Amino acid sequence: MTIQEITEQIVEEFSVFDEWLDKYEYLIETGRQLPPIDEEAKTADNLIEGCQSRVWLDCKERDGKLWFTADSDAVITKGIISLLIRVFDGQKPEDIVAANLSFIDTIGLRDNLSPTRANGLHSMITKIKAYALAFLQKEDNEQK
Amino acid sequence: MDKATANFRSRFPALAQQIYGKPLVYFDNAATSQKPDCVIEMLEKMNAEACANVHRAVHRLALDATDLYQQGREAAAAFIGAPADEVIFTSGTTAAINLVASCYTRINLKKGDKILITEAEHHSNLVPWQMACAIYGTSLLVTPVGEDGTLDMETFRRQLDNGVKLVAVAHISNVLGVENPLREIIAAAHEAGAVVLVDGAQGIVHGKVDVKSLDCDFYAFSGHKIYAPTGIGILYGKRELLEKMPPYMGGGDMVDRVSFEKTTYGPLPLKFEAGTQNIAAAACLAPAMKLAREVQEDAALQAATEATDRLMAEQLATIEGLHCPSLANPLRKGIFSFCIDGVHPADAAQIMDKMGVAVRTGFMCAEPLIRKYSEHGMMRASLMPYNTPEEVEIFIAALKRAITMLR
Repeated sequence: MTIQEITEQIVEEFSVFDEWLDKYEYLIETGRQLPPIDEEAKTADNLIEGCQSRVWLDCKERDGKLWFTADSDAVITKGIISLLIRVFDGQKPEDIVAANLSFIDTIGLRDNLSPTRANGLHSMITKIKAYALAFLQKEDNEQK
Repeated sequence: MDKATANFRSRFPALAQQIYGKPLVYFDNAATSQKPDCVIEMLEKMNAEACANVHRAVHRLALDATDLYQQGREAAAAFIGAPADEVIFTSGTTAAINLVASCYTRINLKKGDKILITEAEHHSNLVPWQMACAIYGTSLLVTPVGEDGTLDMETFRRQLDNGVKLVAVAHISNVLGVENPLREIIAAAHEAGAVVLVDGAQGIVHGKVDVKSLDCDFYAFSGHKIYAPTGIGILYGKRELLEKMPPYMGGGDMVDRVSFEKTTYGPLPLKFEAGTQNIAAAACLAPAMKLAREVQEDAALQAATEATDRLMAEQLATIEGLHCPSLANPLRKGIFSFCIDGVHPADAAQIMDKMGVAVRTGFMCAEPLIRKYSEHGMMRASLMPYNTPEEVEIFIAALKRAITMLR
């Protein structure tokens, strides 16, 4: 599925919840299902430090696509990063860089996070896009 | 809810709000208190009527503003038992401590001297001293607290005998709510030749303060934790110390005579109040301190507040896997910080917010202390006399629901 298709699917899934508590339940469940990250991938480079909770995000390239694993000490944060991984896992770096992420506002995620967590969400997206950009630049250099 | 609490509570318009369609339960009072009608009215009056700069002009508005501003100072001074000229306006507790850490140290500390703080200090009563140490080559000693937040007085006394020139200590810890034995601390420090600064940010809220009877050298507090607006705080200092200290900032209103060759400074407290202060917030200290005094003298309200605190303690004790280090400490006042096995405090607070419950989580500007108990931070619920037993029930139900969702 393309990034566009996956985000549409997420918007649809969220539309069945009336209450934000149900959306949190969903995020908690999603977070619990996130496959574990390798302990050696929990490096300082992979750490996204926020005031409230910590997130590790690792990225590997295979067959021209990027694959992500992550972990967090807070389970709602873990739910958020797993939602992002669902969107970006196995996508091409150029698609990741160009991705439109308006689904985050559509499902109301940003508005329903505390400001420190909303900043954390921003940092996660920045980190994912930075991985993709770095990969593209590396590819570009190798071609030259 | 009893009548005294209901009457008092009705004076705080913000508490009548609904959050996400649910009644607000505001348990983040140690961060800032809600504001009563009398303070909101004074703030309005200072902006809508008596709006002028103070101490300068001869026109009517300036005289009115100066009067109200001075009444704010007198009210704050009377509240802590100090003469008005020993009470300096600052922007808050942080600014007050920084003033002492910058100005007192400049003439009184030399290389090799020591500053003594406790393990349970807010960053505001830690970082300014680290900064002073970096400038003067002094070193920072830290007195530990026990598991339940009680200060280790034996170690404290031993450390004092070691060239300590200044002791900086919280009246009440912003995390554990534990009150320090100020009289003992101050007497021991003075005997050892050290001056004592008390960080009263939390202490001012939970008990009567009389700086003369305490004999502390400096006492700092913020208006906003005790019903006044943000942006105004107090530094009390003993006159003989303040007079010797150089000014903090230079500028208008703090001078006596100015020429290009030489400037002489104004009398206390103006010497430390360069520039235009937060005039409106300062004036609001008068109604805020009046109300705070009424609270202290209202026996029915005091009894209700204690009963609500007891209910909270009893209810928290029933939650499995919840650890509140100071829960049973008789020195604890109004503040509950705790960790919960298997639950990240930020997750729980996020869920509780959706149920209308406001709490604080994280390291609460006291990272060294909180790391003792948890690497994820803690949750803090802090109560004021306007909080009710019904709110405690809602809080406990919300907390239990969050724990069920997260475990």
